[in-house]
Amino acid sequence: MSTQFLNTASLPYCKGCGHDLIAKQSVKALENSGVSALDIIMVTDIGCHGIIDKCMNTHTVHGLHGRSSALGAGISFGLENPGKKVIVFIGDGGATIGLQHIMEAARLNLNMTVVLHNNMLYGMTGGQTSGLTPQGFATTTSYEGNPLSGYDICALAHTAGASFTCRAIGVGDISDKFENAFKTKGFSMVEIVEICPSYGVKLNPKRKITEIVESSGRTIGEWRNERPAYKLTQGKKTDDLLKKVSTIEEDYSHSLKDPISVVLSGSAGEGVQLAAAMLSKTAIRSGLDVTQKGSYPVTVGVGFSTAELNFSPEKINFHGINVPDVAIITSQDGLQHNVKRINKMQKGVLYIDSSLEVPETGAQVIQYDFRGVGAKNAALTSIIFFAIKSEIINAKAILKTIEDEAMDKKVPVGKIKQALDM
Amino acid sequence: MQEKNKEQRVLIDGSRLIIESMARAGADTFIGYPITPANALYAYASQRLPIMLPAPDEITTLQWMSGLAITGKVPVTATSFPGLALMVESINMAYMMELPMVIVLVQRLGPATGTATCGAQGDLLLLKGMISGGHPVPVLATSDFEDCWKLSEQAVNMAVNLRTPVVLLTSKEEVMTQKSFNFNRLEEVKKVERKFFDKDCAYKTYGTDGLVPDFLPVNQNEHQVRFNASTHDQYGLLQHSSEDALNNTRRLEEKVNENIEHYTFYYYDPQKGAEELVVSYGISSAAAIDAVAGMRKQGKKVSLLIPKTLVPVPKVYKEIIEKYQKTIFAEENINNQLGQLIFGVEKPGNIRFVGGLGKMITPEEIIKEVAK
Repeated sequence: MSTQFLNTASLPYCKGCGHDLIAKQSVKALENSGVSALDIIMVTDIGCHGIIDKCMNTHTVHGLHGRSSALGAGISFGLENPGKKVIVFIGDGGATIGLQHIMEAARLNLNMTVVLHNNMLYGMTGGQTSGLTPQGFATTTSYEGNPLSGYDICALAHTAGASFTCRAIGVGDISDKFENAFKTKGFSMVEIVEICPSYGVKLNPKRKITEIVESSGRTIGEWRNERPAYKLTQGKKTDDLLKKVSTIEEDYSHSLKDPISVVLSGSAGEGVQLAAAMLSKTAIRSGLDVTQKGSYPVTVGVGFSTAELNFSPEKINFHGINVPDVAIITSQDGLQHNVKRINKMQKGVLYIDSSLEVPETGAQVIQYDFRGVGAKNAALTSIIFFAIKSEIINAKAILKTIEDEAMDKKVPVGKIKQALDM
Repeated sequence: MQEKNKEQRVLIDGSRLIIESMARAGADTFIGYPITPANALYAYASQRLPIMLPAPDEITTLQWMSGLAITGKVPVTATSFPGLALMVESINMAYMMELPMVIVLVQRLGPATGTATCGAQGDLLLLKGMISGGHPVPVLATSDFEDCWKLSEQAVNMAVNLRTPVVLLTSKEEVMTQKSFNFNRLEEVKKVERKFFDKDCAYKTYGTDGLVPDFLPVNQNEHQVRFNASTHDQYGLLQHSSEDALNNTRRLEEKVNENIEHYTFYYYDPQKGAEELVVSYGISSAAAIDAVAGMRKQGKKVSLLIPKTLVPVPKVYKEIIEKYQKTIFAEENINNQLGQLIFGVEKPGNIRFVGGLGKMITPEEIIKEVAK
């Protein structure tokens, strides 16, 4: 017999299975709530409970084992119609593997209800122990009783912030539990404890659900958190990421005839990447093609900081640098990180802070006190010095870039100029 | 590319281009989980896409994306191998449910955690075999900034029009390196036209006379919608192995294979009289371009092929390769994954390979192999 929510009165469960009761009592609660079938998005997990979807007249989404709470969460995020309701049917096995998804939905207090069919074991796969199997409860993988204690998932969901959490025994009329959950604004979970007739009953003869629940220290009841339901809020957005990038006019010139690779290296926190960006932008405004990439340890605030740059009057394709044409080293960290490639330099120029020991190299060595205007300004000082010495680009163009980028408020340009006799 | 008179030169990275292009193409949601070297994509997406949500892990990322896709959104994420590995079952789910979404995969050196800040091209065969059953998830690979722009648009377009997850394959150096670039090289990105089922007849979630069923999200009350990750019939009802259901699974494969010709992108630069062909994709293609240019400058005749549609492999690549006496593949792994993809176990003797591990392949290495 078809009803508003069910297309059959005969549900596909073993005789005596609590899943049948849960489905019918959920439907009764929905009928009482006055919603229509297509207001409901029923998300089902993998497990015996999950085969209910073919019987439902609601929208149905049948997902992966354990992930239905996360899938339901995604649907809840995307629903802009507040009249719609996501209901997730999941078993204790799915709740075990997908525990974090339930916690996440509870933490965010998403508008959705998780109906947890807790028959205390994995029924579909042969009666194995789950994370919710109570201590002492026998399963096909623990015939003498589960030696481990199970999760109190209601306590976890409540602590995580669920608006409504409820545990009930799967006997009699329990539709009011579902009604309370479905009308909750925010996350709700109903845990119905039942015994699988195929495995649980046979392996635990004469045991009653109430006694099992009580002996495992669980409580039947309802728990509430007075919290607002999740509402999708987003920070300020831009309508065009490209508009946030300043275009660079070609207002200077360069003297470069062939491509050149430059490694600039110093210590983290000494402005290496910033200096590299100033050099790159200046090269662009001088008419050069540029690539720039950073290299630093996983913990970005310590150790070396290296920038690898390529400049060319033609379009650059390959931008890898093994042995550079120019190395600019402003600290011991930078030297250590690059000493092997400096050793391999057979030509080119090594610009190195005068406090450092000059490594073996075939490059021309130019020493200078880059750190003289302060360690934080060493990298910036070094690239201006490089521009003066190499004459590839105009050093004054770098100062103009610093000014254009409003960096002159943050770095002592005057002191650097003075130090470099500019 | 259309060149305009006034240049708009900038210093920019590929991540920004990818996210902006996808946003313009119709992607509206980003689910993020931090992972190097994909973090810039996450950062840009948080500024640009209408919805951005931080997931607690990559399984959740794909599940949230799937849920949002079920409500009619076009979600995107960006990750690297460790994240992709966690996503694989859920990508299978999205593939089976036929949900549009784009996964930007930024390759880094593996196996496992490998080296997070070192580039690589080691994930192609994983992507090829990612779906149980061997069915193809479309993979497009960027080789330059223009691709970051154009292929990102096409990835969104394909995801929506073919109702499928699509992977945009990149690597660390492609999305993190800043380069001078002229905005005027960017063509207009067209927003994908999203058509939902609007016929008078009853709706079947997986029913179609062709290969791609009409899509209908769950936030409407006109038709019942049934999404299903298990083997299912055209109604979306779970089946063991009914004919209808297995035909539906066959359709998933045919849907991508039959439509890939509309999404076949590659760059082919043949040189008359050339007997050798250099084939490269992704980050290594820049070295291949320089190598070919260098050899031609020296008077050597050599052709260049840069495949951009990688899965399913368009037949045209093999047809091009077969025109040459010798083909040199260049890709940053040690097992010639693209070569394996094209030729399987029967890689002909005239196929050579320049690989790399933990470092970018140089133009000189390619030139050396061509000269052998």
